[in-house]
Amino acid sequence: MPEKRTYFDNAASTRLDERVMEAMKPYFFENYAVATSEFAYTQGIEARESLDEARAKLANALSCSPEEFIFTSGSTESSNMAVKGVAIALGNKKGKHIIISKIEDFPVLQSAQFLGNQGFRVTYLNTDVEGFVNLDDLQKAISDDTILVSIQHANQEIGTIQDIERIGGICREKGVLFHTDATHTFKRIPLDTAKIGVDLVSVSAHTIHGPKCIGGLYVRNGTPISKWMDGGFQEFDLRAGLENIPGAVGFAKAVELVTEEENRQLETMRDHIIHRILLEIPDSTLNGHRRNRTPQNVNISFHYVEGESITLHLDMHGFAVSTGSACFSRSLQGSHVIYGIGGDHERAHGSIRITLSRYNTMEEADAVVNTLSDVIRELRIISPLGKEIRNKEA
Amino acid sequence: MKFPYSDTVLEHFRHPRNVGKIENPDGKAMEGSPACGDMVGVYIKVDPDKKTISDIKFESYGCASNIATGSIITELAKGKTLEEAKKITWQQASEALGGLPKIKAHCSVLAIEGLRSAIQNYEERHGLAKQQEPTTPEIIKRRLKKVMNPISGLDVVRTNLIKELELKDGIVRVVIDLPGNHQFAPAIKEEITEKIEPLWDINKVTVEFTE
Repeated sequence: MPEKRTYFDNAASTRLDERVMEAMKPYFFENYAVATSEFAYTQGIEARESLDEARAKLANALSCSPEEFIFTSGSTESSNMAVKGVAIALGNKKGKHIIISKIEDFPVLQSAQFLGNQGFRVTYLNTDVEGFVNLDDLQKAISDDTILVSIQHANQEIGTIQDIERIGGICREKGVLFHTDATHTFKRIPLDTAKIGVDLVSVSAHTIHGPKCIGGLYVRNGTPISKWMDGGFQEFDLRAGLENIPGAVGFAKAVELVTEEENRQLETMRDHIIHRILLEIPDSTLNGHRRNRTPQNVNISFHYVEGESITLHLDMHGFAVSTGSACFSRSLQGSHVIYGIGGDHERAHGSIRITLSRYNTMEEADAVVNTLSDVIRELRIISPLGKEIRNKEA
Repeated sequence: MKFPYSDTVLEHFRHPRNVGKIENPDGKAMEGSPACGDMVGVYIKVDPDKKTISDIKFESYGCASNIATGSIITELAKGKTLEEAKKITWQQASEALGGLPKIKAHCSVLAIEGLRSAIQNYEERHGLAKQQEPTTPEIIKRRLKKVMNPISGLDVVRTNLIKELELKDGIVRVVIDLPGNHQFAPAIKEEITEKIEPLWDINKVTVEFTE
C-alpha cells in the first residue's frame, strides 16, 4: 500500500476547506432552525438572515440580484430544473424544440433525452475536434419552435471552454432562452450575467472546496420556468424542500475563498503536467484545447493501453485519477465526450483525466507524471497494439 | 476496504505471467477489438507427439480482469493436452482467480476464447480441423453464447435476451429483447456483430431491439 494518497479527481469532488467547515459549524450545533420558521421564533429569523446573506454572496459572484439565485441540491438538480422547468413552462405555449451539444454532462444530456421521449424534438450539436460547438450550426438549428439552448460553459472531461458570450448573443437575437452548466467554471472562469445573454446558470459547491449536495441555479428575472420540485414554498416558490442552511453558508464561504491567484497557480500546474506528459510519454494525445480550457483540467489519451488498467495501477501508487474508458463506467460505454469530438474507441478507452485543486502541489504533479510514465511503459509491453509502430521508431 | 477485485486478480494484474509473443508459434489467435475496449492475443507451442501445450504466451489490451484472466489461463493451459486445454472454462479461470466481478465477465471471457481459437488455429494449420461447414442457426447460437449479458454476467442466450434469430442468404438478423435506449444496448449490439460477422459465409449482421 502506498504511504501517501494524492487526489487528482477534483472535477468529481474536492476536499472541504477548513474555513468552510468553521463557517458551517454553528448551523449544525447552535442554530439549526429552518428559514421557514421566521414568523414563529428567533432562531428562525436568524436562519432566514443567514440564508439571505449566503444568497447575497452567491448573487454577487454571478452579478445578479439575490432573488435570481435559487439554492438546489447541486448542479445535477439545477440543470434538471432549468431544462425540464423551461420545457414545462413553454412546451405547450411556444414549442417543443430544444438544442444541446453532444458533449453535455449527464444532467443536461439525460434531461434532454427524457424530453425527447415525451414528444420534444432535441437537436444535438456537433463540436469540432477540440470540443467547440460550431456557432453556424447553432444559428441554423434555432427555429420558431425552439424554446431553449443548453450549452455548457466548459466541459467536465476535457475542459474546453465554450464561447458563451457569442452563444448568448445568438440566443438573444433569436429570442430563445439560454442555459449554461457552469459546474466546472464557477469562480474559475468569469461569468457575468449582467454582460452575457444567459438566462439560466447551474453552479455547484463541490468543485470549489465547498460541501457536497449544495448548488444553485441562476434564473434571470422574468424567465418562464415551472416549479418542478413540489412541496413547500421555499426558494421564491420555485424549489420546494427544506433549506440547506449550513450548505448555503458553506457554499458562500467557498465562493469567497477562490482567488484569481489560485486560478493562475492551477493553470501553471496544469500546463506543467500537459507539457511533461506530451514531451515524455510517446503516443499521447491531448484532449481539448491547449489554452482555452479550465485551469484545473488535464485530459490525455494514451494509445495502445486501456484506461481502467492505468487508473488501477496509479491507485496502487497512491494517485486517484479518472478515465473515459468503457470498463470504468457502469454503462460499459466509452466516454461520450471523446466520441463526441470525433475520437475513436482507442482514444476513449485510453483517456485519463487529471483534475487539480488548491491542495495539490507541484511535487505531486511531478510525481503523478513520473508514475504515469512508468505505468504506460509497462502496460504497453503487455499490449498487442502499436508494437509494429513502436519497434520501427526504436 | 474491499476492492471489487480479489487479491489474486490484483496480483496477476500487477505481475502478469507469460507475457509477450512467441516467435513462430504453432498456433495463435487475437480476440476482441479496441471497440469493446479489450483484446487478447494468445500464442502457443505444441509438442507434436504428445499434443500438449509446451509453451504459451499472451498479450492484452484491456482492463484488470482482462489482463489477470489472460495471465491465469496461460498457467492453467501450460502442459495440458489440446483436448484438456479446450475444455478450460471461464468459470474455472474465475475460480482460480478467486472470483471476478460479474460486470467484467465479457472482458475476461476473451482470454478463454483466445486460448480456444489459438488451438483451433493450430488444428487448422496442421490438418486436424474439421471441414469448413456451412453456418447454421445452431452455429450462430453457439457463438451468441459467448456474448455476455452485462446485467447478469451470463450469456445472452441463457438469459433469454435473443427474441428472434433469422439466417437467410448469408444475412443474419438478431432481435434483442431490450429497449434500444437501454444502457447496455450499444455494447451488446457491437459484441454480437463482432462474434458473428467473421463466419466465412456470413455477409451481413443486423441487430435490432424490441422498442
